[in-house]
Amino acid sequence: MPLAIDSLAIQAPGDAPLFAPVTLSVDAGTVTTVMGPSGVGKTTLLHAIAGHLPAGFELTGHITLNGRPLNGLPAEQRRIGMMFQEAGLFPHLSVGDNLAFGLHATVRGRRARSQAVDRALAAAGLEGMGERDPATLSGGQRARAALMQSLLAEPEAILLDEPFSRLDQALRTGIRTFVLDHIRARSIPALLVTHDPADAEAAGGPVIPLGEVAAVNT
Amino acid sequence: MKNVRRTGLRALIIAVLIGPVLLGVAQTLSAAFGWLPALGERTIGLAPWRTLLDQPGLATSVQLTLWTGISATVIGFALAFGLVASLHGRAMGRSLMPWLAPFLAAPHAAIAIGLAFVLAPSGWLLRLLAAPLDLTHPPAWALVGDPLGIGLILGLLVKEVPFLALIMTASLSHLPVRRWLIQARSLGYTPAATWLRVVLPMMWPQIRLPTLIVLSYALSNVDMALILGPANPPVLAVTVLRAYTAPELSSLLTAGAGAALQAIGVLITFAGVWAFERLIGVIGRTRLRRGRRGRLSGVALGLAQALNPILLGMASAAIAALAVWSVTWRWSWPKPLPEQLSMAAWQQPGDSWIGPLGHSLLFAGVTTALALMLAIAWLETEQRRGASLLAGILYLPLLLPQIGFLPGLQFGFLQLGIGPGLLAVGWAHLLFVFPYVLLVLVGPWRGYDPLLSRQAASLGAGPLRRLFRVKLPVLLAPVLAAGAIGVAVSIAQYLPTLIMGGGRINTLTTEAVSLASGADRRITAVYAILQMLIPVAAYGIAIIAPMLRGRRHRLLREPRYATGD
Repeated sequence: MPLAIDSLAIQAPGDAPLFAPVTLSVDAGTVTTVMGPSGVGKTTLLHAIAGHLPAGFELTGHITLNGRPLNGLPAEQRRIGMMFQEAGLFPHLSVGDNLAFGLHATVRGRRARSQAVDRALAAAGLEGMGERDPATLSGGQRARAALMQSLLAEPEAILLDEPFSRLDQALRTGIRTFVLDHIRARSIPALLVTHDPADAEAAGGPVIPLGEVAAVNT
Repeated sequence: MKNVRRTGLRALIIAVLIGPVLLGVAQTLSAAFGWLPALGERTIGLAPWRTLLDQPGLATSVQLTLWTGISATVIGFALAFGLVASLHGRAMGRSLMPWLAPFLAAPHAAIAIGLAFVLAPSGWLLRLLAAPLDLTHPPAWALVGDPLGIGLILGLLVKEVPFLALIMTASLSHLPVRRWLIQARSLGYTPAATWLRVVLPMMWPQIRLPTLIVLSYALSNVDMALILGPANPPVLAVTVLRAYTAPELSSLLTAGAGAALQAIGVLITFAGVWAFERLIGVIGRTRLRRGRRGRLSGVALGLAQALNPILLGMASAAIAALAVWSVTWRWSWPKPLPEQLSMAAWQQPGDSWIGPLGHSLLFAGVTTALALMLAIAWLETEQRRGASLLAGILYLPLLLPQIGFLPGLQFGFLQLGIGPGLLAVGWAHLLFVFPYVLLVLVGPWRGYDPLLSRQAASLGAGPLRRLFRVKLPVLLAPVLAAGAIGVAVSIAQYLPTLIMGGGRINTLTTEAVSLASGADRRITAVYAILQMLIPVAAYGIAIIAPMLRGRRHRLLREPRYATGD
């Protein structure tokens, strides 16, 4: 399996384990959904997989991506993209430069790079908006640009942390379709964390409940 | 009516604090061009400039000034940034202030004297190296007064790195650094590359002003340069001071020209910073578009991080050297520790440290109290629109070199009937204490939740009651921190005390600096230690008092009510 997680458990400093050990695997081109009550540690699970756990957190279990063991590898070497609740574009860069920041370094040459950025802008329906300040984009535009930034880095897997929860109801369906379609087209494994059943349904992949430790033990 | 009072109060604050600066600049400039009627000089022309430029070693002085000032600021900025980046997100980084406080609090002169005790040929460093290197005499090698100004740069670094680190930490508390790190790392950038490409550009607008203050100080300080800098020729600020204190009255005009040159030099480096900022912006964007993940960033930041412990060690050794020397009786070379201890230096009869201590405490207490009152009045009468430009002018005394306007101010004050004395010195201290106090208070004042005061108002509390019973208690920690910094700034003032007091008002600082040039090390150490103890005590109160209270009121520990970090 491209992304495989084997009995992963996380313990905050001086605290009980966050959730019952998680075992799951995600196929290329599949969007698997993790659901659970708020506060159970869904975001922490994603941070653990991508390598962003704050110092002091303890992790047990194994994470492999396309056969590479990821445990202990720094986040920047894992090749796992992230998409967040608040579509994060860097505020000091234009929309185009945000995408260029994401674009993988193997794309060489100024011309080739700016063309790649333009193609991504066009794919996101943002033609001609490369010079704009991210703050001037609408919520939906920002979400699409943020996805493009992640994908341009050519990740081998992508993790989505409730990326649609801040969007207006009217926009949500459209953006969700856009994001999920692009991820499937890349045929990389994706893990979506949400508490909205409609997200899980749209993702179309397996749904895995993230349970509290106590609930599992009893 | 209320608006008229408000405008009047703000105009008064500006008049009291900026009026003297403008008066001093005007007098300095007119002296630079030969106009000093008080001394019968009425020939307007370039003669003072010619005399100045004909002075032997002037070119070297200018080069030395630019070299020490710019390299101290650039290296200090890099080290502070490395320190902040390496401590971010770690438990220790969350309370950086207590670790940095002794170095923030210590007056420049005390640090300089301590460093001289460590780095001089007969200093501690070579005493420790004497046995392993088999030295029998102090070598001719020295980092104090060295022609390249290395000792001066080190001294400036010890003071600048903690200040810049504190300012940077404060600016980070408003930025989502952790989220940026996660995002950039998931795109393949190392943490170091993220700090340089994302955090630094976002932080810069907030730390630009403090960086310029540091640059101006590094280019124009006198007390550290007197103790650690090269003597012949010295940096420009010392050249100007020498001309100013020379017995011939005509050299006052030369001093005016020198002071103007100093100010011009500082303004040119400010323009350099502006140009460099633009250049880095363009280069940075071009490089960023190439998408390299920046392995070199790690090396650059790692180097800065590696140098910090060395600097910290040297600063600690400097402070320890002061303490040891103040209780030393016999300490012959090359013994690593004193052979005989004694409290004799503390018990000098007659002309003792009590008088200077009293003056220091008087100036620190009165100017800090006044500065706090004025700064709170300024912030309370602030309105949203157009505030920033006007506020910028209040930092003028910190941005201009002291030597550039204090000599002129002394003449200006004389014409207004304010002779050299307590009032003139206290007023001059206030010019420098106020902007630092304001700098500390601005952030917490903006972060204050106005709902608290509105709620108090709905309970029937009037404006004064709202200020004294709600706002000030909530903002106690930053107010105490501002007070501590005010005390530290006042205690450290050398040039204002010397010039505005006409050389007749002695504080611990003026005594320490004049003793440092060759007098008994033990007595010099006593003055330096006393000079350091007052601000350290003030910092101690500012750190401990809110912590004791914070135990009972956890909400007050939220970052927006805390200072610095």
